[in-house]
Amino acid sequence: MTEPLLLEVHSLSRTFGPLRALDGVNLSVRSGTFHGLIGPNGSGKSTLLNVIAGRHVPDTGSVMFDKRDITASTPYERARAGLSVKFQITTVIGLLSVYDNILLALQARQNPWSLMRSLTRHALHVEVTAMLEHFRLLHRADDLAGELSHGEQQWLEIAMALASNPKLLLLDEPTGGMSPEERRVTGELLKPIKAHCTLVIVEHDLDFIRAICDQLTVLDQGRVLDSGTVEDIQRSAKVQEVYTTRV
Amino acid sequence: MLNRSWAPRFGILPIVEAVTLAGILLAPFALWSRPELITLATNVLILALLGISFDLCWGYSGIMSFGQALFFGVAGYVVALVGRDLDFSPISGALPLAALSGLLLALAFAGFLLLGRKKPTNIFIALGTLTGSYAAERLVSGWQYVGAGNGLSAVKLLQIGPIQMVEGVPFYFLALVTLLVCYCGSRLLVRSQFGLVLAGIRQNEERLTFLGYRVQIYKTIIFSLAGMIAGIAGMLFTYHQGYIGPGNMGPGLSTTAVLYCLFGGAGTLIGPVLGTATIEVVSYILADIDRIKQIWPIILGIVLLAVVVFKPTGILGFFVSDRERIGSYGIRAGKQRRTKP
Repeated sequence: MTEPLLLEVHSLSRTFGPLRALDGVNLSVRSGTFHGLIGPNGSGKSTLLNVIAGRHVPDTGSVMFDKRDITASTPYERARAGLSVKFQITTVIGLLSVYDNILLALQARQNPWSLMRSLTRHALHVEVTAMLEHFRLLHRADDLAGELSHGEQQWLEIAMALASNPKLLLLDEPTGGMSPEERRVTGELLKPIKAHCTLVIVEHDLDFIRAICDQLTVLDQGRVLDSGTVEDIQRSAKVQEVYTTRV
Repeated sequence: MLNRSWAPRFGILPIVEAVTLAGILLAPFALWSRPELITLATNVLILALLGISFDLCWGYSGIMSFGQALFFGVAGYVVALVGRDLDFSPISGALPLAALSGLLLALAFAGFLLLGRKKPTNIFIALGTLTGSYAAERLVSGWQYVGAGNGLSAVKLLQIGPIQMVEGVPFYFLALVTLLVCYCGSRLLVRSQFGLVLAGIRQNEERLTFLGYRVQIYKTIIFSLAGMIAGIAGMLFTYHQGYIGPGNMGPGLSTTAVLYCLFGGAGTLIGPVLGTATIEVVSYILADIDRIKQIWPIILGIVLLAVVVFKPTGILGFFVSDRERIGSYGIRAGKQRRTKP
């Protein structure tokens, strides 16, 4: 691979009381790749994503993003640097319309003075409409986000995360709770973003992961078990052992 | 393109606003022969500004401020002192001075309470503002230069050109115009794209941080603007009463502002106006009935507690849905058509 490294995680550790959720994790993600994080329940996948996103502070280790050390950066600073996230539990703004959720995400780079005067409300309408159309939510534009089905909420949140045109998108179980058809559609929605965005995705559905990811990292008990291409991981004896004995 | 109905845009709130405006406009004519009621109505308009100030903090931004009276009182003291020591009271100077006093003091408080590295909790903000309000009340209570416990009385009259404003119908309309300007300004703000950010903050602050919003900056701005409105209210109150005292900047009035808003309906702007009118008018009526006036504060406390516990959306919550209260922020279908080539 010749693409530059976009995300480098070094010796990351994080404990919650007596539980060592991450134990010296290393991870490298190159620009333009779709990188999957897999592993049994409790292996530390979501914790790793939360630390990269800035929700949790690591005990030790560092996170480099786009050649900048963001270990101590706030979530706001990470978002401004081009890092976007969709968490495991959907966090759309339930009492705002679907349209307004997208508008809220799209206008995040503007300054408060400009927003006070609503200078971009008309200009952003085209972008909001295009995003709603791409994510198959146009017909629900006026509905409250909290009234959407679980799958639609997941799509809305992915759309919100992509609205800022991030360099790196972190997705935590984007197909959790979805029907097989919704999973297939989610895969279709994600594939086109590869042209301009790198993806780190936590997912339990291995078929889904195989279908969209180039690289995989397998975590087990807070440590990296193996890392490589999808084919490498499918052949890995260590991974097969974990998946056949504990999953 | 979107086919949008925007039904919530034409709901109950505009009707409530129109009826309230009609009532406020007609009130001085109905009360013409009762100057004491004109005074009461003027007080209601002035205190409604304080209620709106709290609504911008809590109802729209989730900032639990128990210190709005601090900005009200400090602005009142500033204009009273400038009148006493510099013999200066034209509205062209007093209004900006009061607005700036409230704005800058609120900005200073926001710098301490909101702009830290860690996200402040609502308890921290509530206690911080409450402490500020209480400390200011105690400070002026013992400070002879500002009249100590007696406050400042015989405040120089407000001047508009050659006219000296005394309480009565002209002052009522001055308070009305000020309320309308502040109300319309606040309404434009909370319906703007900035207001959409506030609506997001109110519901899920963490999500907005991860979208790239510096949430505390938005809170600081709205808290400072709310302080400015409280300052303007404090100026009007001081000139209208001819007096400002320690009790006008303490936790008592701060808590009353909270009740105006919660009783009427937070997050609506018109709710605090109705809440202020209801509480002040009922208090005025019942305070004159001997058998009730002793226990009236207790009754008021119980009724307000019941509203806050059982109907947190206030009296407007009986008629206005959450959907309408929060509203929509995108462009209207009509405007959309006009913008199409």
